[in-house]
Amino acid sequence: MNKMEKALNELGHMDELAVQESPVHAMNAGAKLLCTVIYILVVMSFNKYDLSGLIPMLLWPVFMYQMSGIPVRTCFYKLRIVLPLVMAVGLFNPIFDREIMLHIGNIGVSGGVISMLTLMLKGVLCLMASFLLVATTPFDNICAALRRVHFPAMLVTLLLLTYRYVGVMTEELAVMTDAYHLRAPGQKGIHVSAWGSFLGQLLLRSMDRAQELYSSMLLRGYHQHFHYAPIKPFKFSDAVFLILSIAFFAIVKYVNVSELMGMFLVR
Amino acid sequence: MIAFENVSFAYESGEPVIRDMSFRIEDGEAVGLIGANGAGKSTIMKLLLGLVQGEGRILVDETEVNRDNLSTIRHKLGFVLQNSDNQMFMPTVYEDMMFGPLNYMVSREEADKRVDEILDRLDLQHLKHKYNHKISGGEKRMAAIATVLAMEPEAILMDEPTSALDPYNRRIVINTIKELSQTKIITSHDLDMIMDTCSRVILISKGSIVADGKAEDILSDKELLEANHMELPLSLSRNG
Repeated sequence: MNKMEKALNELGHMDELAVQESPVHAMNAGAKLLCTVIYILVVMSFNKYDLSGLIPMLLWPVFMYQMSGIPVRTCFYKLRIVLPLVMAVGLFNPIFDREIMLHIGNIGVSGGVISMLTLMLKGVLCLMASFLLVATTPFDNICAALRRVHFPAMLVTLLLLTYRYVGVMTEELAVMTDAYHLRAPGQKGIHVSAWGSFLGQLLLRSMDRAQELYSSMLLRGYHQHFHYAPIKPFKFSDAVFLILSIAFFAIVKYVNVSELMGMFLVR
Repeated sequence: MIAFENVSFAYESGEPVIRDMSFRIEDGEAVGLIGANGAGKSTIMKLLLGLVQGEGRILVDETEVNRDNLSTIRHKLGFVLQNSDNQMFMPTVYEDMMFGPLNYMVSREEADKRVDEILDRLDLQHLKHKYNHKISGGEKRMAAIATVLAMEPEAILMDEPTSALDPYNRRIVINTIKELSQTKIITSHDLDMIMDTCSRVILISKGSIVADGKAEDILSDKELLEANHMELPLSLSRNG
């Protein structure tokens, strides 16, 4: 199995995760979507030096992962390629912002280090929350929920088809990579001299397949409108979940829970 | 009823692929379209389905195929693609089968019932909630046929339905095709399958009809087949 096929399997695995049974999976897709969006907005709104205030926000995804039965390590494993990029954000802050803001023992910690850690944590938290949404909600349901909140139909269809076509492109890439390696034994990766034609071929082949798929859709009556599977109804428990989650976000946002706990422990 | 009346077609700035072609297929007929690679078989399917537009008249139930009635025409004609991977684009077999009926405004309950009936008929209930990328090639081909049947078409068009299948799955697909009561148009190089499933054969070469008649007559005519880059079906060549 080559890397592309593995990637394809991982994509398929996401669909499988999304249809498992758990209290989180059973929730209304709209409630989960709204909660995730609010969570991300709240996380992003924290001041870049407010690391201690941000840390309690970690509790929400950890709790939700527990409830959904999806191990947190699955999230980190699946996002292993994106995570380093997110972590790299703010990497240069310690160089530009050297003002000492606090001391741990005799060691001074600069504002740059704190803001770097805050940015990293923000990135990780947003990714964890987004992954949780996708891993507990079938993609069609997310799209259906987006339509419910009147997100433009064209954009939602584009999102759904992109999700589907990623698989098509990966399949083509897998076939081409296999064909290349069978005639280039012992070679690691694809030689730079073949990149141009490789990409060109990939594009042409993907377009051909996309055209076939689109024809197949047209032949079965598709007319720019997807009939999404009905999503689970919005229940009382979804309202309670939303209210509790938003209340938690508000408390963490406006009350420095870490500081309070620290003060309580010191006393 | 499906009719081609003096139909011609050429891809942009190229040689004509279909040349002044005329034929008529009555309701309930099973017709095999055979010919060498590039003869124009797949183009006939595309013309019929309105995926490409040519000159001349194409009639489906006395209605001329044109841009305005494509939706109606496509509802009447179910098309099984050669590559089932291109046909199955929804995550699961069930969702793929629901796609067509829902687009044609069949209620979800009715579509659900249809899906179950077809899966029962084809003995495919075990595939209902399977992921398309997880089923075998043979299962995928059967599922692709099921997605088309879910639309309850009046005629079924199939492009190489037995290609890349092992003998066991090939036999299952052939038996399924034989049981379908709709009008069938099948393009294939698998002449044994055509012999098994079609009563009439149209032999095409360079965009024109070379022969049109009973399957047993055309498929046993060694000279005719060889002149058009084909061979006798294995079952006939073995019998001498």
